Amino acid sequence: MSATDSSGRERETTELRFGFLRRSVAMVIKEFIQLRRDRVSFAMIVMIPVMQLLLFGYAINTTPRHLPTAVLLQEDSDLGRSILKALQNTAYFDFTTEVHDVAEFDNLLLSGKVLFGVEIPRGFERAVRRGDYPALLVAADATDPVAAGSAMSSLGVIVQTALQHDLFAGDPPALPFEIRAHARYNPAGSSRLNIVPGLVGTILTMTMLIFTALSVTREIERGTMESLLSMPIKPVEIMLGKIAPYVLVGFIQASLIVGIGMLLFGVPVRGSLIMLALLSTLFITTNLSIGYTFSTIVQNQLQAMQLSMMFFLPSILLSGFMFPFMGMPVWAQYVGEILPLTHYLRIVRAIMLKGATLQNLQYDTIALFALMVLAMTIAVTRFRRTLD
Amino acid sequence: MTGLPASALDIAIDVHGLTKSFGGREVVHDLSMQVKRGTIYGFLGPNGSGKTTTIRMLCGLLTPDSGEGACLGYDIRRDADKIKRRVGYMTQRFSLYQDLSVRENLEFVARLYGVSNARGAVGEMIKRLGLQGRERQLAGELSGGWKQRLALGACTLSNPQLLLLDEPTAGVDPKARRDFWNEIHALAAQGLTVLVSTHYMDEAERCHEIAYIAYGHLLVHGTVDEVIAKSALSTWTVTGHDLHKLSDQLVGKPGVDMVAPFGTSLHVSGRDKTALEATIAPYRDDTGLHWQHGAPSLEDVFIELMTRSKDNFQ
Repeated sequence: MSATDSSGRERETTELRFGFLRRSVAMVIKEFIQLRRDRVSFAMIVMIPVMQLLLFGYAINTTPRHLPTAVLLQEDSDLGRSILKALQNTAYFDFTTEVHDVAEFDNLLLSGKVLFGVEIPRGFERAVRRGDYPALLVAADATDPVAAGSAMSSLGVIVQTALQHDLFAGDPPALPFEIRAHARYNPAGSSRLNIVPGLVGTILTMTMLIFTALSVTREIERGTMESLLSMPIKPVEIMLGKIAPYVLVGFIQASLIVGIGMLLFGVPVRGSLIMLALLSTLFITTNLSIGYTFSTIVQNQLQAMQLSMMFFLPSILLSGFMFPFMGMPVWAQYVGEILPLTHYLRIVRAIMLKGATLQNLQYDTIALFALMVLAMTIAVTRFRRTLD
Repeated sequence: MTGLPASALDIAIDVHGLTKSFGGREVVHDLSMQVKRGTIYGFLGPNGSGKTTTIRMLCGLLTPDSGEGACLGYDIRRDADKIKRRVGYMTQRFSLYQDLSVRENLEFVARLYGVSNARGAVGEMIKRLGLQGRERQLAGELSGGWKQRLALGACTLSNPQLLLLDEPTAGVDPKARRDFWNEIHALAAQGLTVLVSTHYMDEAERCHEIAYIAYGHLLVHGTVDEVIAKSALSTWTVTGHDLHKLSDQLVGKPGVDMVAPFGTSLHVSGRDKTALEATIAPYRDDTGLHWQHGAPSLEDVFIELMTRSKDNFQ
C-alpha cells in the first residue's frame, strides 16, 4: 500500500518537474508543423528582411543626384553654356528638358516632372561683362526639402568651383553674377509641409489595403462563401459591394488627416479642395481594389495580411514618402511608378503645396485610374465562382 | 416554361455520368440520377461518399469533370446562373453571417434574390420559422436547432423550385429534427422538390425515394421498399441469452455477411440464403435462443451495401 503510494507520489513530482517542459515542447512541435505547411508565411520569413535590406541598401539615397532640371535659355552665349556645363558637372543637375517660355517652365515644376529650373536671362553675358552683376535664376521645387536641399545649399560654391577651370585662370575673384535661388512652394524648407500630405497617402494605403484584403478570405474561412456563391450574385457585384463602404471610410479618414494637418500643422491647401477630394477618392478606390485582388489570390487571412505588408513596405520606401523619389536609381523609380502611393503623393503634394490643377496632374491621375482598373480586372477574373 | 423539353416539367433533376476528382482522387464516379418534381429524395451514404460533391455539382458550385445533365430543365454546366435563381441550397456547415442578426441575414438573402417586398417577406418567414422575438439576435448566438431553422428559412425565402439540403439535421435534437421534417413535407406538398442528404435511417424512411451512394458510386435507388427488396438480403432476428457470444461465433462463417446487435436482439444477415441457413442451423436448436426470419431493415441493407462496395472499390 505504502509502496504504491510513494511511487504514485514520485510520478507526480516527475510530472511536476518535466510536465512544463513536455507540454511546451509539444506546443513547439505543433507550431513548427503548421509553419512548415504555410508556404506563404515561410516565404515572408525570407522575403521581408531581404526586400527591406535591398531597398534600403540600393534604392535609397538621401543626397540625391542627377535631378531632372529644365533649362530656359533666353540667350545663347558662351558664358551661359559654361554655366550650364558647370551645373551639370556637379552631378546634382540633369538637364532633361529645354523650355522656351516661363509658363512652360512653371508647368513642369507644378506637375513634378522636373525638380529644378535654370533660367539664363536675355543679355546675361553682356551684363556680366559690363559688371552689372546680373542674376542667374534657379528655381527649385522645395516641397520635399530633402530632395532639393543639398543641391540648393551648395549651389553657389559648386558653380564657382566648376567655373574656375572654364573661365578663370588661377584664383578666381567672387562670381561676376548672382545666383538667385528660389525654393518654391516651401520656402522655409519645412519638412512638415512635405510629410503631412504624404501621411494622407501612407495612412490610406495601409488601412484601405487591409480592409479589403481580408474580405474574401474571411468569407471563405467562416464558410459563408459557399452559400454566397450558391446565390445569384456576380463577382463584380460582390467586389463593388465590398469596396463601396470603405470608400466612405477612406474619405472620412482622408478628411481627418487633411483637417488636422491644416489646423494643427498649418499645412496649406493651395489648390482646389474639390479636386483633392476627387483624386483622393480615386486613390482610395485604387487601394481598395488592390486589397481586394490580394483577397482573391491568397488562401487565408494571415496570408492576406502578409501580402499587404509586402505591398506596404515598398510603397513607403519607393514612393517618395520617406526618401526623395528622384534620388533613387532608375530601376527603383520604375518599381515606384507601379505603386499607387507614388502617384498620389505627387498629386496630394502638388494640390496642397503647389496649387496644381488637374491639368498639371494628368499623368498621375491616369496612372492611378489605370492601376485601379487593372486591379479590378484581375480581381474579377481571379475570383473563383465555384469551389473547384 | 416554353422552349424546355417536356421532361423538364416533371423531372427536377436529370443527370448522367457525373464524375469529379480532387487531386487525382475520384470522389464521384459516373453518377446518374433522376428526381421527379414534388418528391422528397433522400441521398444516403457514409461520410466522404461524395454526397456533398454531387449536390454542389447540381447547383453549379462545382464543375463536373465529365457527365452532363439538367437541373429544373437548365444545363448544369452552362446555366448555373439560372439554376441558382431557382434553387435553395442549405450547406452542411452553417453558412449564414454569424455577426448579422436573424432579420439582417434574411433581408440580405431576400435582396440578393430580388424578392419583392423584402421586409414583408422576411417578417412572414420569421413568423413561419417561429423566430419571433429572436429576430434581433445574432445568428452566431443561436443554438444548433435554431440555426438550422434559420438556414432553411433563408434557402426557401426566394420560393425556389428545388431545395438541396446537405445533411440539414446533423447535430440537431430529435424534436427539432421531427419539426424540420414536417416542414419539408409541407414544402413538398406545395410542389417543391427536395433533395436531402442524411445519415439517419429514420429520415431515409420519411423520403419518397432514396438513393445510396458509397465511394462515389450510386449503388441503389428507388422507394424504401424497393431498395430493401432489391438487396435480396436474408435476415434473421435472434433474441435470447449470450447474444454477444453468439455474435462472435457467427462472424465470418459461410453465408453470414453481417451480424449486428439491435437492442436486445441480434440481426444476422446474408445474401446467400441457403448457406446462411446451413450455418445457423446448429444454433437454432439452442433452446435459449429465439430465431425469427424477417425482413432486413434499411440499415441492414445499407451496411451490407457499404461493406460490399468497400471490397469492390477500395
